[in-house]
Amino acid sequence: MSFKHKPSELDPAAATVDVTLPAGQGWTHELAPGDVFRIVDLEGNQAVDTLFFNSRDLDERYSATETIRTQANIYLTTGTLLMSSEGRALLTIVADTCGRHDTLGGACSAESNQVRYALDKKHMHNCRDTFLLAMARHGRGMTKRDLPSNINFFMNVPVTPAGALTFDDGVSGPGRYVEMRAETDVLVLISNCPQLNNPCNAYNPTPVRLLVWSKARV
Amino acid sequence: MSKVVLQQTLLGGQAWSRRLRRNQRLRLRDVHGRACVSALLYNAHDPLERYNMADTLKAQFTAFLTTGRVLYSDMGRVLCSIVADTCGWHDTMSGTGDAVAARAQFGDGPYQTLRNAFHRNARDNLLVELGKHGLGKRDVVANVNFFVRIGVGDDGGLAWVRDNSPAGAAVELRADMDTLVVLSNTPHPLDPATKYDPPPVELTITEGPAAAADDPCRLSRPENGRGFALTEAYVAEMHTSERGS
Repeated sequence: MSFKHKPSELDPAAATVDVTLPAGQGWTHELAPGDVFRIVDLEGNQAVDTLFFNSRDLDERYSATETIRTQANIYLTTGTLLMSSEGRALLTIVADTCGRHDTLGGACSAESNQVRYALDKKHMHNCRDTFLLAMARHGRGMTKRDLPSNINFFMNVPVTPAGALTFDDGVSGPGRYVEMRAETDVLVLISNCPQLNNPCNAYNPTPVRLLVWSKARV
Repeated sequence: MSKVVLQQTLLGGQAWSRRLRRNQRLRLRDVHGRACVSALLYNAHDPLERYNMADTLKAQFTAFLTTGRVLYSDMGRVLCSIVADTCGWHDTMSGTGDAVAARAQFGDGPYQTLRNAFHRNARDNLLVELGKHGLGKRDVVANVNFFVRIGVGDDGGLAWVRDNSPAGAAVELRADMDTLVVLSNTPHPLDPATKYDPPPVELTITEGPAAAADDPCRLSRPENGRGFALTEAYVAEMHTSERGS
């Protein structure tokens, strides 16, 4: 299957934030309306588990099902409105050189790793632990209660017409990126996935690069 | 016949919630066909533990729910199992409608003019019912839509499937741990109906035995065997601590 790729015109040299996030680490960042946020899959096939919140009202958060229902499609790419639980667009995907991102597969956790792989996998690092630590450090009282279904950028979870769902080899590659524009004040929460038990990271979790072009400073 | 604990008709537009004790069965029957019952599930003793769509789908390599599949919590445990189903396909990817979607689909339907035939929607219904348990917006996650099938094309596009749930279709859940079930009997936003007329759904709760060693839900995937092991260990631990206190 071939995907539509839409590159961006923005120059990384002009970015106001430019950080590299190693696998297994979390990141939070607040975007203002109009800010543009890019995630770069530096080495390819790296799942980036991501949630968004209205940073002025954390009860309003990314909703996978609102996003799927609104566009009547399960895959995310250029043009997708990333919808909130209140039926509003938090961000819009404005560029994408990967072409398909997942929002059904959720985040790995110590407990789901036990179910999916083996009871003795509970000690392995996982996205939910990363989310929980990043939320605790962010310091606004967020807990597991604030973890609805997330986005997995660069992850490929195809669904067949017969209703089968699989974790497939990635469709991303080194240097592929996805870029989105904040439509409101947005808190970004990221776990750069440490999963070693399935092909979502090609069994080799790698760093990603995170860039922000702040509207106020361009 | 096992003992009937409750029998009730869930009217079109109505919300409902109840704690199911472990091993109770909840049967939903789509009396006239084309129903949509949106559902959220929580650990009855600790609602921070709740239904997890992604873990349910991933563990069972499926995009839908039917007999033999289980509904996982976000803590690796089986809240409920689907022990019987004459419908064959229940959705868990496409979410609920809200007031905006209902207005776009059916036009204005306020209480002021329609009285109790007013256009209720699943988002608001779930918030009302969750509020009765001290829960709210933070507790709303991706839900189950019983009796609904949404087809997925090769390009990922969604299409509502007509006639998925014929008159009399029924699905039966077994609570594998004490579970708070919250339901809303309201139209699915991808159903192309233009008249607001959600059909009634019959609810029946009965007592029943625990999942046996050869239970089809337990054996349907090796993942489910582990899910049941974790659930049963948790139930035993809860039971021991209750007796000890």
